[in-house]
Amino acid sequence: MTEASLTAPPMTEAQPKPPTNSIFRHAVYVVADNPVTGLSFGLFVLIALCALFGPYIVPYDPLASDTSATLQSPSLHHWFGTDLLGRDIFSRVLAATRLDFTIAIASVALVLVMGGLAGIAAGFFGGWTDRIVGRVSDTIMAFPLFVLAMGIVAALGNTVTNIVIATAIINFPLYVRVARAEANVRREAGFVQAARLSGNGDIRILLVHILPNIMPIMMVQISLTMGYAILNAAGLSFIGLGVKPPTPEWGIMVAEGATNIISGEWWVAFFPGGALMIAVFCFNLLGDGLRDLVDPQRRT
Amino acid sequence: MILKRLLTVIPTLIGVVIVTFLLTRVLPGDPAVYFAGPAATPQSIAEIRKSLGLDRSLPDQFARYVNDLAHGNFGNSLSTGRPVATEISSRLPASAELTLSGLLLAIVIAVPLGIFAAVKQGSFIDHLCRIIATAGVSLPVFFTGLLLVYIFYFKLGWSPAPIGRLDAFATAPPDITGFYLIDSLITGNFESFRASLSQLILPAVTLAVFSLAPITRMTRASMLAVLASEFIRTARASGLNGRTVILTYAFRNAMLPVVTTLGMVFSFLLGANVLVEKVFAWPGIGSYAVEALLQSDFAPVQGFVLTMAVLYVALNLLIDMLYGVIDPRVRLEA
Repeated sequence: MTEASLTAPPMTEAQPKPPTNSIFRHAVYVVADNPVTGLSFGLFVLIALCALFGPYIVPYDPLASDTSATLQSPSLHHWFGTDLLGRDIFSRVLAATRLDFTIAIASVALVLVMGGLAGIAAGFFGGWTDRIVGRVSDTIMAFPLFVLAMGIVAALGNTVTNIVIATAIINFPLYVRVARAEANVRREAGFVQAARLSGNGDIRILLVHILPNIMPIMMVQISLTMGYAILNAAGLSFIGLGVKPPTPEWGIMVAEGATNIISGEWWVAFFPGGALMIAVFCFNLLGDGLRDLVDPQRRT
Repeated sequence: MILKRLLTVIPTLIGVVIVTFLLTRVLPGDPAVYFAGPAATPQSIAEIRKSLGLDRSLPDQFARYVNDLAHGNFGNSLSTGRPVATEISSRLPASAELTLSGLLLAIVIAVPLGIFAAVKQGSFIDHLCRIIATAGVSLPVFFTGLLLVYIFYFKLGWSPAPIGRLDAFATAPPDITGFYLIDSLITGNFESFRASLSQLILPAVTLAVFSLAPITRMTRASMLAVLASEFIRTARASGLNGRTVILTYAFRNAMLPVVTTLGMVFSFLLGANVLVEKVFAWPGIGSYAVEALLQSDFAPVQGFVLTMAVLYVALNLLIDMLYGVIDPRVRLEA
């Protein structure tokens, strides 16, 4: 113990610098090689800012209708035009960022806990745990994922919370697979054996020693599935599930504008759809970039 | 080997049936109250509970559900009163025609694009390919569909209004396969072939754009891996021309991972199908399920989820068998 505490301070002092520096340098290298990743990171910050401050900086009340100004095309007063009820589409798109972002983050966080824990338990314990977790995720994978999400929302009830739950469930197998593989590799690793030898229980090893080690890979998984989560949630609200009409949300706004497309009022559906597309595009690029950073071998 | 693979489907199917059963029975909320509607008295709820068999034990209910399924009984729709099974089977060809045309279109474009990107790695085409691939998965299908409708229907007037499989003036071809394109060709009715094709193009392109991305990506990646291998170097060194090396030697070997990806692509496609059907008012099983969902009519949704899952399991089985056809080594190992 005394020996460890004697050698420990110089180690912790010396170690943090080179890795952060090299990770930083590697990040700069990756971004320079692929400026798209840098751009997507900038976009991500912008979206996050919109989600945080959007509702406070909107020029109009996103819910206030104005019957004297319905279906106006984009102008200086209404940058994105107005919809059938005369609501300002720019304000609605901006205000919707928070809800879409929250749904995506909540569902990804939920599946990280469920899938991540189930996955490391399956990979670490093997045997029956592995078989049950494997069977559950196989059964989920047997469904076309969006269809299963529809079924879950229909059964649980038509609310935003249930959209979050359904989105988390359909992503469950992906997280299980990654966490299971990573935990399995580390099951007999030296640091795990050392921890076991010093008297740590299985659960403690799992949570304190293995979980932190697989977090980088799980972070990549998060950014890769984030775009899909947003797309899925917007798809569900497009068909009329979850979000109720006056609430600004990208999917439901596109659905509201769908009828106007045929008569030529393109802006009602175009801007919320475009916002959704940019957000998903940004998450996907960011996920790819992050994966290149953490795990260059899986690059395709 | 095929028999062995068929056996592995059984536990999956059991899982699927259990999940679709659980979706209605175990989750919070009383289905009887739900089915009885808002104006129900306790007495009528009890009656419905009895007629639905909800007063029995859970395993008993499950046995009855499985028994019903075995007899092709998916229950009746609440709003129309028609049996769900007949409704789904009459609407299935419309969805199948749409999904398969979309997939076919995507393969025809994506595979050559992926090969090209791999052969000319780092070129302009390669970067274009990466952008298309990422943009394709990012585009919400319902949004792509609406954009296409705006451009090709409203702006250019090239395509008919998005109102289903045929416009109001055309007559449907006789029902042989249920695929309008095939049926009209068999009966030699070219007018109806043209009409149904013009309705099909936009939704099929929408689905194709969506599934383009994963197929292009996988083709490119697996072509790159194969092109770097030794037998390709040998083939090149032996003086075979580039075309033979790429198409005959490399492509056949690169096809395996691409075929595997098709399973995942199908999962996306069957889901995207629901959204595209809603945009184009396509009378398939997806729009049937959406209508039922909005009316809280659960039997059609349950039937729909089950049908889709069974279809998907069958497709994956087909893909596995295709695998054996492409790669004889897979047959030997089994």
